[in-house]
Amino acid sequence: MLRMLQGVLGLLMLVYATFSSAALDIEIIGAGENQIPVSVVPFGGDAELGVAINEVVSGDLRRSGLFRLIDPTGKSPHEPSEVEYSNWQVRGTEALVIGTVKTLPNGRIEVHFRLLDVIKQVELMGQAVTSGEGQIRALGHHISDLIYEKLTGNKGVFSTRIAYVNRQGRSYSLIVADSDGYNEKIVLAQNAPIMSPSWSPDGSHLAYVSFETGHATVYVQSLYTNQRKILANFSGSNSAPAWSPDGKQLAVVLTKDGSSQIYLIRPDGSEIRRLSFSGAIDTEPDFSPDGLSLLFTSDRGGSAQVYRMPVEGGEAQRLTFAAGSSYSPRHRPDGKSYVFTHFSGGQFFISTQDFLTGQVETLTDGGWEKKPSFAPNGKLILFASEARGRGILATVSSDGRVRQHMFTQSGDAREPVWGPYLN
Amino acid sequence: MNKLIISIVLLNLLAACASDPKKDSAANNQTQTQTQARTMPSGNDGQGKGAAAQKAVDPLNDPSNILSKRSTYYPFDVSAVQDEDKPLVQAHAKYLSENADRRVRLEGNCDERGSTEYNLALGQRRADGVQRMLELGGAKPGQLIAISLGEEFPVAPGHDEASWKQNRRTDMTYTK
Repeated sequence: MLRMLQGVLGLLMLVYATFSSAALDIEIIGAGENQIPVSVVPFGGDAELGVAINEVVSGDLRRSGLFRLIDPTGKSPHEPSEVEYSNWQVRGTEALVIGTVKTLPNGRIEVHFRLLDVIKQVELMGQAVTSGEGQIRALGHHISDLIYEKLTGNKGVFSTRIAYVNRQGRSYSLIVADSDGYNEKIVLAQNAPIMSPSWSPDGSHLAYVSFETGHATVYVQSLYTNQRKILANFSGSNSAPAWSPDGKQLAVVLTKDGSSQIYLIRPDGSEIRRLSFSGAIDTEPDFSPDGLSLLFTSDRGGSAQVYRMPVEGGEAQRLTFAAGSSYSPRHRPDGKSYVFTHFSGGQFFISTQDFLTGQVETLTDGGWEKKPSFAPNGKLILFASEARGRGILATVSSDGRVRQHMFTQSGDAREPVWGPYLN
Repeated sequence: MNKLIISIVLLNLLAACASDPKKDSAANNQTQTQTQARTMPSGNDGQGKGAAAQKAVDPLNDPSNILSKRSTYYPFDVSAVQDEDKPLVQAHAKYLSENADRRVRLEGNCDERGSTEYNLALGQRRADGVQRMLELGGAKPGQLIAISLGEEFPVAPGHDEASWKQNRRTDMTYTK
């Protein structure tokens, strides 16, 4: 009887949780192939915390495109001894997550959870994790990362962060949020446009372009102290900052010597060195993970296309040739391919190109899709899109099978970029 | 009738500007135009003093003068000044060469197609192209500053060619 009551209570809580998550409106489209069927049972103990964590973990796993979430309703085991494997096999569940959560006397939250293999009827992982007061979402993302890594063999990215710009009329905010779009924090708010946020490799700083001086100027800001300083403020435009993988320099685009060209600069603004000499537009540089080459957008061939050149100088090589224009290249973290946006027939498409084969794969159906960047594990791509007349954030799995739209509370979301792992 | 009222307002404004050189720079600023028109002394119909005002008036503020136009327009992904806009730019070049104390801020703009960074670069190239033509026509580099606003400040908010063609633009704004 008690268990049944718990089950009903759990169901009510689940419904409540669905309606209470109003900060972001998330739509998931499409289904991946070979998704792992997983059930995440709301953790026992503090039922309210259990439901809240369940919501974060389920959302993370679903969004990754690699899992099919099977509703655990009606069964709520919290310990291995309470699991009847046959019940879960019937539902098609192959991986089961159970556990308990409680608030410690010092306010910290403690979770004991287990990942069970329903087919083999064995425990794959059992862990205790804790987090600070009010850090429910961070705790959930951490659990998701552990489950994801155990089941897929790849590192999870749920605890990483994203940056983007929110525009409401003439008001602009630079936002840092969790990878699922929640837990937004305003880094900078002003009445002048902000563009092109770029994460330092250690996640401690953002470089970005601001128009507060009246023209495009590059700033670097600490996310810990909020201190900011001007990196480049030459005549004309200063833009498109991109950090080198070792964090010791940035590529920026300056017009001080003529057309938009790529330069290297130290994070303190010293030692400026010109890299490109095309006389055309060269912009949107992105360092390869080994730091040896740059992808960039150039119109030197007549239309905007993606090129690659060695950081130490030498010939640039054109990579995109399809009709239309291609913009905003960004390396996949393994360095084997890159993602970019392709403009053709009045629409933007998110595409990837393999460096070895040259093969281009289009991942989306087209629309107003700009500024793609890979998650640090290379499995998801974040980009700016439009839906219901608003600028929104969107993700697509790197195989193109699962897409997700994230609607922020108000305004237009633009210029998103996925941040690095935080170690 | 409407035309007549507008020209009277403009003449009044010209008279105001002639008496206050500092306000010349904002002649293409609609809000200020209206404010000044409202604060004009009543009874000045602009007719009697028109001739006198015309003589003292800066040609930048004369609606019948090509210099009162301050924008060049472009096809998609093009940054060269178009043939139809060349007389306009050349007229401003001549004016700047004859008025060395004048300063112009050139602001390149783009429609929303392309990446924000590419459009920033394209807007800069549009502004730079106007700057080069002004310098060829006699303006001094010190009179000019060229910047880009990219796709960040559209004057027309629509997502169609009717809006886009208004947003592919270089504005010449006199700052002094």
